[in-house]
Amino acid sequence: MVQNKSFSGRLGKFAIYTFVLISGLVCLLPLCNIVAISFSSSEAVAANAVGLVPINFTTDAYSMIVEDKQFWRSFGISVQRVILSLIVNMIIIVLMAYPLSKSKRQFKGRNIYMNLIIFAMLFNGGMIPTYLVVKNLGLLNTIWSLVLPGAVQVFSIILIMNFFIGVPKSLEEAALMDGANPFQVLMKVYIPISLPALATVALFSIVGNWNDFFSGLIYMTKVSNYPLMTYIQSLSINIQELLKAGANASVLENVAAVSNRNLNAAKIVISTIPLLLIYPMLQKYFITGIVVGSVKE
Amino acid sequence: MKSLQQENAKNIYQKKKSKKMINTGLSYHVMLLPGMIFLFIFTYIPMAGIFMAFQDYVPAKGLLASPFVGLENFSYMFSLPDISKIFRNTIVIALGKIILGTLLAIVFSIILNEIRLKFLKNSIQTIVYLPHFLSWVVLASVVLNMFNLDGSVNQILTFFGFEKMNFLGSNKLFQPLLIGTDVWKEFGFNSIVYLAAITGVDPGLHEASSIDGANWWKRIWHITLPGMLPIILLLAILSLPNILNAGFDQVYTLYTPMVYETGDILDTYVYRIGLIGREYSFGTAVGLFKSIIGMVLILSANNAAKKYTDRKLF
Repeated sequence: MVQNKSFSGRLGKFAIYTFVLISGLVCLLPLCNIVAISFSSSEAVAANAVGLVPINFTTDAYSMIVEDKQFWRSFGISVQRVILSLIVNMIIIVLMAYPLSKSKRQFKGRNIYMNLIIFAMLFNGGMIPTYLVVKNLGLLNTIWSLVLPGAVQVFSIILIMNFFIGVPKSLEEAALMDGANPFQVLMKVYIPISLPALATVALFSIVGNWNDFFSGLIYMTKVSNYPLMTYIQSLSINIQELLKAGANASVLENVAAVSNRNLNAAKIVISTIPLLLIYPMLQKYFITGIVVGSVKE
Repeated sequence: MKSLQQENAKNIYQKKKSKKMINTGLSYHVMLLPGMIFLFIFTYIPMAGIFMAFQDYVPAKGLLASPFVGLENFSYMFSLPDISKIFRNTIVIALGKIILGTLLAIVFSIILNEIRLKFLKNSIQTIVYLPHFLSWVVLASVVLNMFNLDGSVNQILTFFGFEKMNFLGSNKLFQPLLIGTDVWKEFGFNSIVYLAAITGVDPGLHEASSIDGANWWKRIWHITLPGMLPIILLLAILSLPNILNAGFDQVYTLYTPMVYETGDILDTYVYRIGLIGREYSFGTAVGLFKSIIGMVLILSANNAAKKYTDRKLF
């Protein structure tokens, strides 16, 4: 009886560890596959021979990217966009979250603003009217078309507002006694105390802007203005078409297209590196942000 | 004399105070101004653009001079055989993602919580959260490499004696592919909240029940799951409004005309017909229809959440 119990206990443990390890591998292996492809020769990729280790190891794809002017141009546009968006988003987030964290009594008109913001979260004009506004403002093909339409991040504002509400009132009162004005209170009291929460929304902004390809797709009419993700997406279309339309394998032998596959994989690997660099921070702050701030009691 | 002075001082003090109050209020308005301007330009003006849905909008004439057609765009929309198909695709794909994604995240969090080796647990978490942070542009390439006709998945299938499957080109397999790969991308990240909920369950309950002889299954079923129920319920309610968001990025990066039949969703349809095809009015009408249903769903979800779980979104 006792033996039986410990046997099933061990079996259960084995099953649990197997399940968790498999989940991990299922997430990791497809990504390893892309890295392996990026370091393999075109012929090996064309023959679909690449699994988890590179076949005929070569860095040709990467040397080709070094020469690819448009890739680095798009990379630069994405970096520029992430930085500008981060600045604009953060300024607007703290400036809006602070007054909104006041009660209706402390700040007359607070609820009007709040309702306007919530309505903007609930309802929007949709893709086409927004596109036309950006177009009529003459923002098409400028970096600002990637920054300004997303300037007001409502979700982040509400998250930081809730965080500000939790800041002890005595801190603010003390600062006001010393003759500080609301701007100074925000700068000297609220922002320093909320750095972890602000890090969370900063990371939302960075990841969202880096990964977004749709704004580039609709607001940029020239490939030379594409941010990185839009550029990579526009390249992979041709290959996708070939791959998918090629119900017969012979199309896949089309070396011209397939030799692009390792090049494309290398581009994807490089485009992911900036996110991997901040990944430790992402893990730390996203998780607290998700658990603490997403819903209010 | 003295009292007059006092009175005076008091008056001045109060004036100062009320002036300060006004200044404070003014500062608050000033702080909100930049954000409100952007909100007005990029959210509220486009709302006015919704008027296009009731027009036959001609870009050269603009919003004011384009002819008014009433509900024509909407009746046209409902007369299209495509539209019910697109609604069906959207809802099936979105519901599939919500239901399977939630179930897998719950199961994963329960099982991960059993892992006692801290190092292993942390490593697995690091790995399974990663796909969440990657763009669908990146993951589409990954999916393409795995699922093309000669990709790894088909190699595995043929190894075990199955036939090759054309995941990306078959109308039967495309929806499962979308649902499966989205669940793959998000299950780890979605498990974070559930993991937090499990940690919140009183360990004393587990101890007591194992003394009473309850086995692992019984403890999961009678203690852990009921402990997680409020958060499961809350997230289920709040995910309801997403049934019209089947995921533009994913579908757009993976679909081809071959799978429009089952893969085309509302957002991709509006983009293709409305924006690329320049049917601005029609595209806006379809978008408006979606926005309205979305808004009703969010409001109902928020009310339901308030009613059943004492929490709310806003």
